[in-house]
Amino acid sequence: MAILVYVEHDNAHLKAENLKLVDAATKMGSELHLLVAGYQCQDVAQQAATLAGVSKVLVADDAAYEHQLAENIGELVTELGRDYSHILAAATTTGKNFMPRVAALLDVAQISDIIKVESADTFVRPIYAGNAIATVQSEDAIKVITVRTSAFDAVEQSGSAVVEAISLSKENSLSAFVGAELTKSERPELTAARVVISGGRGMQNGDNFKLLEGIADKLGAAIGASRAAVDAGFVPNDMQVGQTGKIVAPELYIAVGISGAIQHLAGMKDSKFIVAINKDEEAPIFQIADYGLVGDLFQILPELEASL
Amino acid sequence: MKILVPVKRAIDYNVKVRVKSDQSGVDLANTKMAINPFCEIAVEEAVRLREQGIASEIVVVSIGDKACQEQIRTALALGADRGLHIETEQSLESLQVAKLLQKVVEAEQPQLVILGKQSIDSDNNQTGQMLAALCGLPQGTFASKVEISGDKVKVTREVDGGLQTVSLTLPAVVTTDLRLNEPRYASLPNIMKAKRKPLDVKAAADFGVELTSKVKLLKVEAPAQRQGGVKVADVAELVAKLKNEAKVI
Repeated sequence: MAILVYVEHDNAHLKAENLKLVDAATKMGSELHLLVAGYQCQDVAQQAATLAGVSKVLVADDAAYEHQLAENIGELVTELGRDYSHILAAATTTGKNFMPRVAALLDVAQISDIIKVESADTFVRPIYAGNAIATVQSEDAIKVITVRTSAFDAVEQSGSAVVEAISLSKENSLSAFVGAELTKSERPELTAARVVISGGRGMQNGDNFKLLEGIADKLGAAIGASRAAVDAGFVPNDMQVGQTGKIVAPELYIAVGISGAIQHLAGMKDSKFIVAINKDEEAPIFQIADYGLVGDLFQILPELEASL
Repeated sequence: MKILVPVKRAIDYNVKVRVKSDQSGVDLANTKMAINPFCEIAVEEAVRLREQGIASEIVVVSIGDKACQEQIRTALALGADRGLHIETEQSLESLQVAKLLQKVVEAEQPQLVILGKQSIDSDNNQTGQMLAALCGLPQGTFASKVEISGDKVKVTREVDGGLQTVSLTLPAVVTTDLRLNEPRYASLPNIMKAKRKPLDVKAAADFGVELTSKVKLLKVEAPAQRQGGVKVADVAELVAKLKNEAKVI
């Protein structure tokens, strides 16, 4: 049986996570079908059809799916999913929201946030904020899985899958979309960026995050934050990196004024290189940083920006 | 309205976990346990809704061995009215927990169920969504704001790009994000009072729910340790290392 992969998008663009999601699906070794559920999302379907290894793209284009409400998407994926051996979605807030509904409706377990595929039924996932790594085997007939995309490589966009429309509308009367407040940014998306620079409580206030912007622009980096910085109101919560925020694994992660609590490390310790800038030389972040610089960030950051 | 709050006993969030040498799991013997932080936020939200005169009764439920009565007592000390302990020695997966909670929802008929968005041990982030699906209820996950008016609840959710607001018809299931509220501390008099609040105990086996999971835990290992690196003296050395050694800029 084939594998069904739920595509992440905003009705206009395919998100970068999908390239890595398809890589994870490819490792499970059977035919891949993608599902694009949204409203006026034909462009997304065309982009999805180019992902290498995909044989078919199913498009459910209906107003009911515009905001990807869990109730509607959950019903749709459950109905389609009965014919598949695996159902995959990225472990984003969208995937985390509707996939457990699918699993419950199909009466199977869900395996969350996998970081490795051992075989078609055996997967590896972090538990306890990444402080332990579990290998699990599922005997369920349909495996419902969310994927930590930062643990996989992007596939090429060289394919040409068949695009097929499906007309299945799953509207529910119990939930409705009211509004969204999205953070606007010209920078790369946090979870897909090659370089991430993050600020913590040591930044002292929101204005000081501007010190990171110049560096981020020069490095083509995304800007992240620790929970302390978000809770103190310095920056919006969608910038939070950690167990309860986003999980990133960029080539370079620069932690500025971040002590390195377990919950923060859970979100970034798989970065290829970690740089820590902190005035406290005992800060736990230095135990995992490849390069540590002890000093006052207010002196270091302008100097760093000037030398890039 | 009645609010049901499921809570979980989990390892204290500050504890550094140790993986057992036989790879069978994490060593929880003699470690500090506590109410899962997201569940604590759920209890706090329920208590605030009662303080606003919206909720009339708060029922706390926990599933696990006898020790999880401690966490139910904690929730009672924070302001919940009565507790329900579903006793089992088995460690259950989210689906089994959701099925047991479904039975509780059927019996108690709450207007709102508030859960934590995930437990910090299994990191699954599934139970609330599964419960909502099994009960046929709408869900508001990762809530940072909950407003009830009439038979609707408006939930502001933390999503990847920012915030999203949905309106749900009650009864509904809400899962909490960290920023929903700041839980209070239980005062000593409230802790004493909590000892006299009712706490029912029922056996999980009596609920007629299939408790075995089809997911087998093969092994648990410690993650690969990162080697601590070097400290550099100044910005120039840092930039030089990033350029020449790491080759990332």
